[in-house]
Formats: sequence, C-alpha cells, structure tokens
Amino acid sequence: MDFLNALVALANFVIVPGLAYGAQLAIGALGVTLIYGILRFSNFAHGDTMAFGTAMTIKFTGLLLALGITFGPLPTALLALPFGIAATCLLVLFIDWLVYQFYRDQKASPVILVIVSMGVMFVMNGVVRFAIGVQDIRFADGERFIITARDFKTMTGLDEGLAIKTTQAITVVVAVVVVALLFWFLNKTRTGKSMRAFSDNEDLALLSGINPDKVVKVTWILVAALATTAGVLYGLDKSFKAFTYFQLLLPIFASAIVGGLGSPLGAIAGGFVIAFSEVTITYAWKKVLVYLMPSNLEPDALVQLLSTDYKFAVSFAILIVVLLFKPTGLFKGQSV
Amino acid sequence: MNPALKNSLLFGFVGLLIIGTGMVQGWNSALLIVNMGLISAIMALGVNLQWGFAGLFNIGIMGFVALGGLATVVVAMPPVGEAWSAGGLRVILGLMMGAGTVIAAVFAQKRLKGRRRTLVTIAILIVGFFIFRAVFDGGVNAIEAVNPASTGYLGGLNFGAQMRAPSDLPQPDLFILLSWPVGGLFAAGAAWIIGKTALGLRSDYLAIATLGIAEIIIAVMKNEDWLARGVKNVIGLPRPVPYEVTLQQDPSFVERAAGLGLDPVTASTLYTKLGYAVLFTIVLLILLWLAQKALNSPWGRMMRAIRDNEVAAEAMGKDVTARHLQIFILGSAICGIAGAMMTTLDGQLTPGTYQPLRFTFLIWVMVIVGGSGNNFGAVLGGFLVWWLWVEVEPIGLGLMNLLSSGLEDGSALKLGMIESAAHMRLLTMGVVLLLVLRFSPRGLIPER
Repeated sequence: MDFLNALVALANFVIVPGLAYGAQLAIGALGVTLIYGILRFSNFAHGDTMAFGTAMTIKFTGLLLALGITFGPLPTALLALPFGIAATCLLVLFIDWLVYQFYRDQKASPVILVIVSMGVMFVMNGVVRFAIGVQDIRFADGERFIITARDFKTMTGLDEGLAIKTTQAITVVVAVVVVALLFWFLNKTRTGKSMRAFSDNEDLALLSGINPDKVVKVTWILVAALATTAGVLYGLDKSFKAFTYFQLLLPIFASAIVGGLGSPLGAIAGGFVIAFSEVTITYAWKKVLVYLMPSNLEPDALVQLLSTDYKFAVSFAILIVVLLFKPTGLFKGQSV
Repeated sequence: MNPALKNSLLFGFVGLLIIGTGMVQGWNSALLIVNMGLISAIMALGVNLQWGFAGLFNIGIMGFVALGGLATVVVAMPPVGEAWSAGGLRVILGLMMGAGTVIAAVFAQKRLKGRRRTLVTIAILIVGFFIFRAVFDGGVNAIEAVNPASTGYLGGLNFGAQMRAPSDLPQPDLFILLSWPVGGLFAAGAAWIIGKTALGLRSDYLAIATLGIAEIIIAVMKNEDWLARGVKNVIGLPRPVPYEVTLQQDPSFVERAAGLGLDPVTASTLYTKLGYAVLFTIVLLILLWLAQKALNSPWGRMMRAIRDNEVAAEAMGKDVTARHLQIFILGSAICGIAGAMMTTLDGQLTPGTYQPLRFTFLIWVMVIVGGSGNNFGAVLGGFLVWWLWVEVEPIGLGLMNLLSSGLEDGSALKLGMIESAAHMRLLTMGVVLLLVLRFSPRGLIPER
C-alpha cells in the first residue's frame, strides 16, 4: 500500500506534469531544430513566435466565445488554434520575405542571421505587446480536470490523490498527433523528402532540381504551426504572458541541442530529458520518501535538491554537460 | 566627406539630441540620459571588445552587469556582525566544500580512465552535493534569520561606515568607488570559469551557453538571500557624490545656486548628477584610451587576424583558445565595471529588474548600430541608442496624440493608439537593428 501511495504521489507531482511540460518543450524544440536544419541558424525569435501565435489564438478564442461557439468540455482555444496558426504563418512568411530572404541570397554567415533574428525578436516582442499587452492571461475554459485528486482517492482508497488536468491530457494527445503528422510529412511526402534532402546536403538537393524557395516556405509554415501549437498548449496548461514565452527560449534551445540540433527525433527526446530533469531536481521528494522509508528514517526536510527558481540552471547544466561530452547531442545532429 | 568630419558630426548630432532633451524636458532628464549613456557606452565598449575585435558572440552581458552590481553591495555596505557570527563561517565552509567537490570531480575526470572515471566522478558529485547542502543550508538559515526585515544577509566589507560618527545629514562615501574595479574582477572571475568551459564551442552554442549562464547568475542573486538579500533588494548604498539634502542645508551652496539663478532643490539635483557624470566620464575616457591602444597594438591586430581567419592565425602559431579566453575575460570585466557603476548610480541593488532584453540585447543593438570593431562607434551607439530607448515613449506618445487628434475623445481607437505608445520601445529597437543590419551592416562608424 505504501509503495502504491508513493507511486501515485510520484505520478501526480512528477510524471504527469513532466510529461505535459516535456511535450510542450518537444514541440517548441522541433520548430527550432527545423529552422536550424533547413535555414541553418539558431532562431532567437522562436519564443516570440510562440507568443505571437498564442496571442492570435487567444484573440480568435475571444471571437469564437463572443459568437457563442464553445468546444464543449474541451478548451475553445483548440478550435481557434487553426486560425492562430494561419495568422502566424502569414506573419513569419512576411518576415521571411522582408528580412531573412535578403541574407539568404547574400549567403550571409549563420552568426549574422542569428543577430538578424535578435532584431526580429525585438520586433515580434513589440508586436505581441501591441496586440495583447503584457499582463497574465488565462484562457483555458471547459472542464478543468479529467480526474480530481478527491475522486481518485475515493475510487482507489489510497491516501494520495492523482489529479490529471484536462490541459495536461490534451497536451500529450496533441503532441502525439503533431509529431506523428510531422514525421509522416517528412518521411512519406515528396515535399518532406525534399526538405530532408535540402537539410542533408544543400548543393546536391539544388542539383537534383529541388526548389529551395518552396522548401523554405514550407519550413516556415511548419515552424509557425509548431510554435503556435506549443505556445497554446503551454498557455492552456499554465497561463499566457509575453515575457514567460521569451524565457522559454532557454529550455527550448537546451532541448534542441541536447537532442542534437537538426534532428527532429532528438528534439522530442531532448524536450522530455530537460522537462523531467527540471521537475525531478526541483521537486520536494519528502512526499514520496515518507512512504518508502522506514518510519525512523523519514526525512524532516523537504528533500528538495534545488529550489524551483533554479529550474533554468538545471536545463542549462544538462546543456553544458552534453555540449562538452557529446557536442552533436543524443541523436546525432548537425554540427556545422 | 572625410571620416573624421563625419564622426564629429555624428557625435555632435547626439549632443544636440541631448541638449534638445534638456531644453524640452528639463536638464535633470538630460543629465540622467547622459549618465546612463556613459554607462551604456562602457558596456558597449566591453561587448565591442568581444564581438568587434574577436568575433565572440556573448549574449550573457546581463550576468556580468549583475555581478558588477553585486560587487557594490559586497564592497560598500557595512558588514552585519550578528549575521557573520550566526552563520558566516559555516556558509564559507559550505562554499569551500562545494568548490572542493567540483575540483575533486574535475581531478577525477583528468586522472582516471574508462568506466571507473564516470562512476567515481558521479559518486564524488553526489556525495559532495549532500555534504555541501548539509553544511551550507544551516549557515544560510542562521544568517537569514538575523533581522530579516532589514538585513538577513552578511553585508559588505565597508567597516569604515560603522566607525564614522552618525550625523544627521548623509555624507558621501568614496569607498564605493572601490567596488567598480571589484565588480570588474567579479565579472572577470565568472568569465574565466565560463570561458574555460564554453569557449571551445561554435558561435551559436556559445551564445546559448552565455544566455543560460546570465540567467543562472540572476537566479542565484534572486534566491541567495544571505548574499545580497535576493529580491528583498539592498537599498541605501553609499554614494560617492554629495547628497541633495546635505547640499540644500549648506548655506554656501544655496548662495552659489542663487547666484546662478537656480533654486536650491534644482541646483542640488543637477550638482549631484553632474558629479556622477564627471566620475563616469573619467572611467569612460580611461577605458576608451585603453581600448584604442589595444586596437592599434600588435595584440589588437592579432585579435582581428584571429577573428578573420582562425585557421590561418593558428597556423602562424597563435594560441586561438587562449587569446579568446583573454579577450572574453577583458570584455566581461568592462561590463562588470559598468554594472557596478550603474548600481552605484541607482543607489540600490534590485536583482528582479535584470532582464535580458534590456541588459543584453539592447547593448548588442548599441554595438551593431554604432559600428562593431570601432571603439568610437560603440560609444556613439551607446549614447544614441540609450537616448532613443528613453525618448521613444514620449515621442511615440506625442506622435499618437497628433495622429489621433482628428478622432473624437474617448473613442476606442484613440485610446488604443495612445496606449500602444507604451510598447513602442522594443519595436523601435528591433526596427533600428534590422534597418542598420540591412542598409549599413558595418554601423554608423565602421571599422577602419
């Protein structure tokens, strides 16, 4: 019984939140990794792309609600998501045409493109603030829980409850669907194959008649879709605040690099590695240990390895270890 | 137009902007812009050293600036004796054990081989971590329990502050000037550790690594209350220049102010700000002179050679990694000095206010706009971009008022337009950066 209680406590506080957060990071990291693989630079504006997509989705959610359309027990934001993605697609394609294309034609070095993306980051940050302001916004509606801690306790008779938020379940389901679609697209369709060819060897791809403009456009559309989805899932699960999204850049980059920049599979693995390390290292283990240890050895302190404010430090420490010992990441990414 | 004339005109233009601000918004605002402009120019010099001279892509400037700010507290605040006796030694012992653990782990990594190496390293780290926490946490709790509302930290090293006879009027304390070089040293120390681990990485990996380290430094400063009170902030840092209240009580000062046709309050605020401006100008001139010397020395030429072609420089027998480490430390130290100066100007350390957009990316905009690789460009960029950063909001507000003047009062569009002026800053900075990168990628004053 004690063991089961410990297991449920672990699931409630570590596994479920870790899975949801990991899925959000993974989708975000997929966007970073795609840009890196195909456009060959680290996009610092990715966090703000996520913020823009989420802001647009929130706007459309408001519109749908005003029209009296809801999604039953599910958050209305899911219905608004396609519109948010469309708006983000338009914006990133416009930015690519206005800004990035010039440097691509010039064959500018990646570091210049990174600095350019810093400029885009500033602009997008400003645009998001214009569009929706800087305040904290909660936009999840519908049922809050699939199963509450109390129901779980009465159902199983255990002392510990397991609560699963609707948003957490949605995050995982959506992530699975998105990843499956993306991999199907990259591996089975002609455009997807040409993207992978372009990423592997640009010259050879051009030689075999692949249209680079199309590859770039499709990449941006995919990135906009991924960024918006990741942003909306994160915002549903927690809340939307422009500044938080900017700060997500660090764990997302860490996920992409830990997995291996340029490798989609790696981005997913990296997302979960980072999320679970953050959660386990900043979790107060007392609750679990109480059930497992003999009563005379029970810990009095929280048994928290690091305070939660250091979660950035965790993702970052993993990043450094990976960079030093395995610079190409867990799954062999590109290292240009 | 020859370059010298063009540069003078550019500097003159920025001077006019600031003088114009003085005429429109008052000289206090103008001097505030000058003071922060001087500090920004110093930060831009540091970044220019790393990026312009050596091509190192460091976006962790915020962290070094914050470390400089920490130095002001460590140097210039009076020590809290009670906290030292409660847990000072225990905290130091804990920190030493933490450092010992890391050193032992590094040692194990170097000496052992194969699987044993991994196992021993992990064992050392885990055991060391728990010993460190066991010793350290007790000390921290003891220190933070000492009068948490006003101290709850170890305080600084300014022993003189307690010995001086308490007076009714606050007096300037030049001791805080010592924190400027110390801030540079703090930043240099951090840069050494970072450089040792991260400098071998590719440019964008280094960027992400430095971005992360800056966040960690801020996280440490926010959470380690025993060090500098964390988000409870340290206020009332001593000042190197006379206090306004003291000046206003000084009959001779009031008399002189009256002679200039100024009321004592305005005169005292101007006097204090001018004092800071003089101090900052001295630091800027020294650093600018040193940077110019470095740029035109064989060392500077070597740095640019390494930047332009690492392989060729290495073939000529230059130790690229060591030179990169050297210039990374120097540039970071300059940012640390500027950070200490800024905290001195503010008179308080507020770790919650450090944000990467303001303290890292804005400095980058300054360097790129001014002209990377040119010290005068960095200084110009520092002043110009800082002026823009401050003045964009009022200008935007005025513009919006003008544009919406045709609309009727209280209409949603008009309110929205006026409200949006508050968000003009970041947008403008991004647009300026993108325009300069596109149409004048070498900046306003290009590298010679």
